[in-house]
Amino acid sequence: MSALHRSAVTRWNLAPPQFDVWRIREDFPILKQTIHGKPLVYLDNAATSQKPQIVIDTISRYYATDNANVHRGIHALSEMATQAYEGARETVRQFLTAAETREIIFVRGTTEAINLVAQSYGRTFLTAGDEVVISAMEHHSNIVPWQILCEQVGARLQVIPFNHNGELLLNEYARLLNERTKFVSVVHVSNALGTINPVKDIIEMAHRRGIPVLIDGAQAAPHLPVNVQELDCDFYTFSGHKVCGPTGIGVLYGKADLLKRMPPYQSGGDMISVVTFEKTHYNTLPYKFEAGTPNIAGVIGLGAAINYVQAIGLDRIAVYETELLAYATAALAGIPGLRLIGTAQEKAGVVSFVLDCAHPHDIGTILDREGVAIRAGHHCAMPVMQRFGVPATARASFAFYNTPAEIDALVRAIHIVRKVFG
Amino acid sequence: MSALRELYQEVILDHNKRPRNFHRLKGANRTAEGYNPLCGDQFTVDLRLEGEVIRDISFVGSGCAISKASASLMTDSVKGKTAAEAEHLFDKVHTLLTEEHKDEANLDALGKLAVLSGVWEFPARVKCASLAWHTLRTALRGDGETVSTE
Repeated sequence: MSALHRSAVTRWNLAPPQFDVWRIREDFPILKQTIHGKPLVYLDNAATSQKPQIVIDTISRYYATDNANVHRGIHALSEMATQAYEGARETVRQFLTAAETREIIFVRGTTEAINLVAQSYGRTFLTAGDEVVISAMEHHSNIVPWQILCEQVGARLQVIPFNHNGELLLNEYARLLNERTKFVSVVHVSNALGTINPVKDIIEMAHRRGIPVLIDGAQAAPHLPVNVQELDCDFYTFSGHKVCGPTGIGVLYGKADLLKRMPPYQSGGDMISVVTFEKTHYNTLPYKFEAGTPNIAGVIGLGAAINYVQAIGLDRIAVYETELLAYATAALAGIPGLRLIGTAQEKAGVVSFVLDCAHPHDIGTILDREGVAIRAGHHCAMPVMQRFGVPATARASFAFYNTPAEIDALVRAIHIVRKVFG
Repeated sequence: MSALRELYQEVILDHNKRPRNFHRLKGANRTAEGYNPLCGDQFTVDLRLEGEVIRDISFVGSGCAISKASASLMTDSVKGKTAAEAEHLFDKVHTLLTEEHKDEANLDALGKLAVLSGVWEFPARVKCASLAWHTLRTALRGDGETVSTE
């Protein structure tokens, strides 16, 4: 790192001394490169996180020495692959503090997990006139599957509104819950606003009426400790690639008694116990929901990623990122013409903003030329954009390997945008 | 910084700040909407087509500097042209946006539109610059559907 980067750190005395971000950055080969001749400043972690060498090596080693199909072969490689695959399931169980490993279902990602629940649970237990409650700050992946379900069964979608800071209105939520409400699906941390929702309260309020709750944890799992038993959620979902793991692998947690009552989502190999042309008996949990050869390398890579972030510690990550967020919020607030979108009291490391002089897409292009990678757009949350009356925002999102010096680089790049468009 | 300067030339910034023909068109007989879901850019292009001639043209909507400036420049440059001439210009602009242009004579022939020559170095921005043009083509062909450059 340059002297410039180091000097910024000495100005920043908030970091817990034991959190050695410079040491952590060494684990991420991608962070060492330059983009357009500038050091890469990767601030698009809400889209996907970077991968530490240990995850890359684990996947590579699996293909180099252990590759075989799981749950089938009686040969050594298949046993090794199965052990590694099921070992990762136990790693995920511990990560979420779930009661049983069979409650951990491997899926492609959060999107598939929500689709699974909407189709398997929703089509079985919801009928015409029923209602599904979501919030106004959902990612499209927690809107569209429910809309489709509602069309299929004749149910209605109800939406919890939020205030101008981007905080859900729990009194409005309470009003939406009634005897027709059959499911609640709410995001833990908003990808567009960074809001950390009071999901424990949301779950409790639904449970008082016996309504099951799914929590979309795609943006929470990488940043906060999650304990599904303490939350008492019925379903919890997250994506591997946002937690330093590979793409194409994600997790659905579900309470065993609910999962047992749900029919398979997809069918084929691995999810059966006996097949005849007259009748098929389904496999037990979790295999009932894992049809076909799974993403074995993805699962094993995810296990390595979780071990990696847990070795650092989610609680320490949360503290460090909260300080990064505070530093970034203060730094951006000083830029004339910049408006923060999403100013909730409880926030994770996301800063969405607009500039009066430039469109987010133009901001994104100019920042990229400075080596600063951010997201510009509607963040797959168009209703959130409509609520704030903006077509899009620029969004910087942090991970535990980001530094205050990188936030300084972001601020400098935004000043260049202002110069171009001033 | 030079590629950026090429992209955000003065004329682009000017058309972004003060877009020309930026209003709904009274007496329009062709209208089309264009939408880029990636960044939320959305434009409506109105035309008054008399026979084959684009007698008047306007646009409204919101978008980034590149899409808005391109739309504004487009309205200036196709006004008074025939539909066939506008389609021909669309093709030339498309080439301008997607390929490196070595022949200065070709650039000169495009007049003010040549300021879009910096876009090709930013592949992610080609759809911004071409959104209004796709919308114009839809309006000319009278398909009446929302076009998307996604």
